[in-house]
Amino acid sequence: MDDMVQLQKKLFDYTASLFQEGFLDNQFNQLEQLQDESNPDFVVEVVTLFFDDAERILNELTTSLLDAHVHQLKGSSSSIGAQRVHEACIPFRNFCTEQNVEGCLKSLQQVKHEYSLMEEELLASRLADLK
Amino acid sequence: MASPQNFASKLTALVVDDHKTYQKIHQKMLNNFGVKSHVVENGKEAVDIHCHGKKFDLILMDMDMPIMNGIEATKELRAMGVCSTIVGVTSRTTEAEILKFMEAGLDDYQEKPLTKPKLSSILGNINSNK
Repeated sequence: MDDMVQLQKKLFDYTASLFQEGFLDNQFNQLEQLQDESNPDFVVEVVTLFFDDAERILNELTTSLLDAHVHQLKGSSSSIGAQRVHEACIPFRNFCTEQNVEGCLKSLQQVKHEYSLMEEELLASRLADLK
Repeated sequence: MASPQNFASKLTALVVDDHKTYQKIHQKMLNNFGVKSHVVENGKEAVDIHCHGKKFDLILMDMDMPIMNGIEATKELRAMGVCSTIVGVTSRTTEAEILKFMEAGLDDYQEKPLTKPKLSSILGNINSNK
């Protein structure tokens, strides 16, 4: 029984700190007030729904933003014949369609890498031309 | 202060919202007042459910929804002759947007999230007009 009381106090103190630090506001109190014996897990269920929703939205946002920009880069790189940059953009599309954020970010790293290699090579060849 | 009213088996409500969090919160609030509630995900489903002959005393209508938004759905329901109390519930707050939503045929408008006292007052009005 003592353990239960201790745990409840810990939870109370922790929740109070979340309010103090601005993580939670009065709306959370409203949720707690809605919880009752007929629905004892109400708060946890609503918060879980929020996390699932937020993650889905953030993933969609990240992949759609990245997709639009990489599409542009794919087009412009092929217009000057920058083949390796262009090819590095291709796997990107699939990762975006799958909403695979990790895949998108790894692919983006590869695109950036190919771009900086190409930039160095082109600059070096320009300098050689000028000499 | 009057004790919270219970509208058990007297009133029915339809929650129209694409956010699962608000669906759950508004439905729980209604249940706590003893109101039987049904949930749909967008304006088109709200219209369809009325086409199938269902009626509700109260409709809580979100504004921004895919397929058919709250403004279009409210206009459509009024055009169909639905006389239920329709309360717009949205997180948008510019006056122009509120006006547009009200003009679609709302009886009332509330900023999200709905509060217990406000819902109590809405339900009380519906009940006394029944």
